[in-house]
Amino acid sequence: MRHTLSILVENRFGELARIVGLFSARGYNIGSLTVAETLDPSVSCVTLVTSGDEQKVEQIVKQLGRLVRVLQVTNLTATSHVEREMVLIHVKTGAGSTFQKVLSLLSDPQMRVAELMEDGLILEASGNWTEVNELIRELMPFGVHSIVRTGIVALPTRPHSVEDEEAATTSP
Amino acid sequence: MLSTVVHQSTPDTATQQESSSPVPMRGARLLLEALLREGVDTIFGYPGGAVLHIYDELAKMGSRIRHVLARHEQGAIHMAEGYSRASGKVGVALVTSGPGATNAVTGIANAYMDSTPLVVITGQVPLKLMGTDAFQEIDTVGITRPCTKYNYIVRDVAELTEIVHEAFYLANSGRPGPVLIDLPKDVSAQLSPLPPVTELRLPGYHPCRAAAPQQIEQALEKLLTARRPVLYVGGGIIHAGASAELLSLAEALQVPVTPTLMGLGCFPGGHPLSLGMLGMHGTYWANMAMSGADLIFAIGARFDDRVTGALDKFCPQAEIVHVDVDPSSVSKNIRAHHAIVGDARSVLRQMLHALEETQQRFPQDRLEEWWQQIARWKAHAPLTYEASDRVIKPQRLCQELDRLTEGRAIIATDVGQHQMWLAQYYGFRTPRQLLTSGGLGAMGYGFPAALGAQLAFPERQVIAFVGDGGFQMTAQELATAVQYRTNTKIVIMNNNSLGMVRQWQQIFYERNYSSVDMEWTPDFVKLAEAYGALGLRATHPLDLTSVLEKGLGTPGVVVMDIVVEVEENVYPMVPPGAGIQEMVLG
Repeated sequence: MRHTLSILVENRFGELARIVGLFSARGYNIGSLTVAETLDPSVSCVTLVTSGDEQKVEQIVKQLGRLVRVLQVTNLTATSHVEREMVLIHVKTGAGSTFQKVLSLLSDPQMRVAELMEDGLILEASGNWTEVNELIRELMPFGVHSIVRTGIVALPTRPHSVEDEEAATTSP
Repeated sequence: MLSTVVHQSTPDTATQQESSSPVPMRGARLLLEALLREGVDTIFGYPGGAVLHIYDELAKMGSRIRHVLARHEQGAIHMAEGYSRASGKVGVALVTSGPGATNAVTGIANAYMDSTPLVVITGQVPLKLMGTDAFQEIDTVGITRPCTKYNYIVRDVAELTEIVHEAFYLANSGRPGPVLIDLPKDVSAQLSPLPPVTELRLPGYHPCRAAAPQQIEQALEKLLTARRPVLYVGGGIIHAGASAELLSLAEALQVPVTPTLMGLGCFPGGHPLSLGMLGMHGTYWANMAMSGADLIFAIGARFDDRVTGALDKFCPQAEIVHVDVDPSSVSKNIRAHHAIVGDARSVLRQMLHALEETQQRFPQDRLEEWWQQIARWKAHAPLTYEASDRVIKPQRLCQELDRLTEGRAIIATDVGQHQMWLAQYYGFRTPRQLLTSGGLGAMGYGFPAALGAQLAFPERQVIAFVGDGGFQMTAQELATAVQYRTNTKIVIMNNNSLGMVRQWQQIFYERNYSSVDMEWTPDFVKLAEAYGALGLRATHPLDLTSVLEKGLGTPGVVVMDIVVEVEENVYPMVPPGAGIQEMVLG
């Protein structure tokens, strides 16, 4: 099962390497990874998608919590949250009717043309993981040449209550 | 969310005066002053280009800090480990960049696996050369990231003092471990006044001590109502200094206790409640008790694979309570029904307190049937070996060491057959007597670790109990042992082979012996003499006692080469893939 983890870590040199190194050393999978500063520039938020059964993910959360500079680990999968990722899709349509068909798909508000080229276009879209997968699948018949995805970012939809904190968060 | 940790160390008055001194000093000196504030009296190390400023300052400080010059950086780290494990203090090592750091990695990894508190200082090339593949440059922080509790690169002398104090706090709190400080040469030359001790800011680090009272009551209830309980205890008891509390609880409830290899000595060997060590080469009755138990009460142990055997066959009938200071150790390998995160001493004290308060009755004979069952297992397969008047049996060697030292020596071992026989036949009476490479299983650890322990306790009987293979990995430290006029004794269990590997090849590879026979071994007596130590040898059972008596009783460094039976195997044994109740008895 996919799990989306939100990790707050002190924004210091080398801390991301500890998080990534923990995953490679212990054989945990990284589905996607994004990192950026939070409102507090001394703290970074790492959003990481991993997979595994409950016991494995519990162990991952504990191991992350054990890192000295990690402030908080939240498994957002257990709580209500919004997730998004952006994707750029290069579709090689050629100049003919296929091109028109792709353009007609643009009524979808989450998608727009990022660049028009002679033999096709680059589309920019965002959505949750499932939506992005679905979109790519829909476009495949039109000649998808390449894609790049940003990886998931996610925010909980309501502030954590104390019970949520205990259920989903570890702070070593 | 942000909190601060108040640093515990109290600077002595001498350094306090210097704390307010505005006189700028080199980073190298700041480092050493911070070590003094932390109460460091001994550093184990080896000089080199990137640490020249530090060694320059060390020499100027005279007797304020003792520097022990090892003969190899691996030796230096193992000495710091032995010093730390025997004394309970943080061990400190100092090595140079590049090869100095890479040679230290085995020791650092060993300390990490066995949760030994160390602060390791490595030199680094100057900041402006970093990243250029400079002479003796290596990414030490990158290499040691997976085998340290935390590591630092110091980029500005202004950060140095705080980093050193933080390193000591991290190394010795929560689940202890090694912390490394990589110090570029130019930073150790930068000038700065000695800053005062400030509060440490570690907002993400909260080592847990005490448990919730409700958890304690539940756990106690389990212990009082179980019919077949076992206390399974490990190195966490020793780190927490919880032996007295463990003894009180076990005696009050008359519950059987089985220590892990790292836990040996945390409960007195030979105590009527002790089942001896459990696991792959544990006693039959300890493993059978685990497998027949209805309650496993684990404290400061981590259910590692040498203890559990096949996970799906482990303790099938037991409810599991797991007390550990490290949340990630709980339910990592074996799912705990009741997890208690806390320091072993705090939790045991809470339990003893709850026991005093409880109204619940627990008649002393409630476990009588359980003890009778354990006695039957013990009678079925006691620890035993075939005696010989022809050749020295390694088990007898361990028994003789136990008898001659009354089970009270500090003994450091390598890894392999000698380690397991010692664990089986030496009744470690008190904590911090056994120094052994349990997690990493590093050959070459024993002798330098013993030397480190001896330097911490010059008056105590300290023995390196090693194999002929392991001793040859760090034998160069004989020079260190003699130079510092120690009384370290080295007992080589010499079977002229890599015994444990040979045993596995015999049992699991149809005696297809492959590179386990030491076809050429130095004359250890002459080797000892070459280093200025005394060398003795015993080859016949009749000589064993007299050689050990003479060797242990002679001041100075003594190497005792004890030639033992080659084709002797460690039994009982849990074969790979089997449950711990499926022991091969020999």
